[in-house]
Amino acid sequence: MIDKQVPDMKIALSGIPDGASVMAAGFGDAGVPNDLIAGMTELGLKHLTMVGNGAVSERIGHGQLIVSGAVDKFISSFPRAPSAKLFDPGTSTADVELEIVPQGTLAERIRAGGSGVPAFFTKTGAGTPLADGKETREIDGETYVLEHAIKADVSLIKAKVADRWGNLIYAKACRNFNPIMAMAGELTIVQVEKVVEPGELDPEQVVTPGIFVDRILVVENPAIIQELEDE
Amino acid sequence: MSGLSRFQIAWRAAQDIPDGAVVNLGIGIPLGIPNFIPDGREVVLHSENGLLGMGPPAREGQEDWELVNAGTRATTLLPGGSFFHHADSFAMIRGGHIDICALGAFQIAADGSLANWNLGDGKRTPAVGGAMDLAAGAKKLFVLTEHNAKDATPKIVEECELPLTGVRCVDRIFTDVAVIDVTPDGLSVAEHLEELSFDELQERTAAPLTQADDWKPLTAPDLGDG
Repeated sequence: MIDKQVPDMKIALSGIPDGASVMAAGFGDAGVPNDLIAGMTELGLKHLTMVGNGAVSERIGHGQLIVSGAVDKFISSFPRAPSAKLFDPGTSTADVELEIVPQGTLAERIRAGGSGVPAFFTKTGAGTPLADGKETREIDGETYVLEHAIKADVSLIKAKVADRWGNLIYAKACRNFNPIMAMAGELTIVQVEKVVEPGELDPEQVVTPGIFVDRILVVENPAIIQELEDE
Repeated sequence: MSGLSRFQIAWRAAQDIPDGAVVNLGIGIPLGIPNFIPDGREVVLHSENGLLGMGPPAREGQEDWELVNAGTRATTLLPGGSFFHHADSFAMIRGGHIDICALGAFQIAADGSLANWNLGDGKRTPAVGGAMDLAAGAKKLFVLTEHNAKDATPKIVEECELPLTGVRCVDRIFTDVAVIDVTPDGLSVAEHLEELSFDELQERTAAPLTQADDWKPLTAPDLGDG
């Protein structure tokens, strides 16, 4: 029998070594696997490379793991919200290496990583400092920049409901990076509010098919950035 | 001489958005545009975090944090709207499916190159978000900005000194004093305030301008935002 649900956080996150590359999805308060990231912070791992759109807070989500000192490098499009005190000179996170990637290029690099496409050409960033040092090519009179795929050892995902095969559905704007990061992780770990039996999810509604999912942890009341910030 | 307010700049740009257009709006002045789409036009707002058919911001007390906009604020979805993931969202942008994108600017060059993501002063953490994708991929790029910075420095320049967002990407510039088209022959003034002569406008601009033959006075209704 296939049952990807695991009983607790410890098993959900088992086997992740120091130095791992970790993708964590989410955009703003939507679709961020805050509880998995909090669990990962407790592991006290070191020298991680993290991939994510950005850190909204230093207390929860991507920022929590970064502030804990676990992350050496952060690959992102918008490393931090203006309210998050991260990466500035004089802070404990000033030494984190940042790779700034245009948001669409970040998404496409992740999709490519999950799709067996090692690299692709894009017009985005051509002629800008973010293309410095990258291979370019003229195609049909336009300049394109070569961008390489991103894969990760671990992808941390937040969905609304799963079945035990790992099929996922999301809520509203919570898809963002989740479906593509689920594809690009060697080990894809998902937090959901509820797990149902196969057949209970309408196959027409499934966004992430279970093939991309390895472990499912139920977190009935996921931590929300906004509630924390409003305290 | 008083120029257009920020709302009036947004109003002026909204008049150029046709019925049926799919539009992506950057932060700043462009966010005012949805308030001023002329009656009878149906415009679809795209938000790069995965929404088409985005509605107005959520009312206070009715925020749903599973439904946020590209500025991570709570928003709403109109009937007919849809949700999708980031790769699809940026395929819409990079694949040339977005009709009009309206962005703010630090500097715009005479050839339509844009700098709007990095002040290059090393003082803040750089962040690009979706700006480069929008600059490269939108069918039409509008820039909405004050004509001059607070210290009167021109924002329209011969060449950008600040790090570029995109090369030759801007189509039309809406400022508090003029509407300027980027053409193969350079910057062409389609509209400017009547009380500002073309020579005065040129003085406030650090790139050569030409006045379109059919230029019109720039006007906007009183929108009460000063």
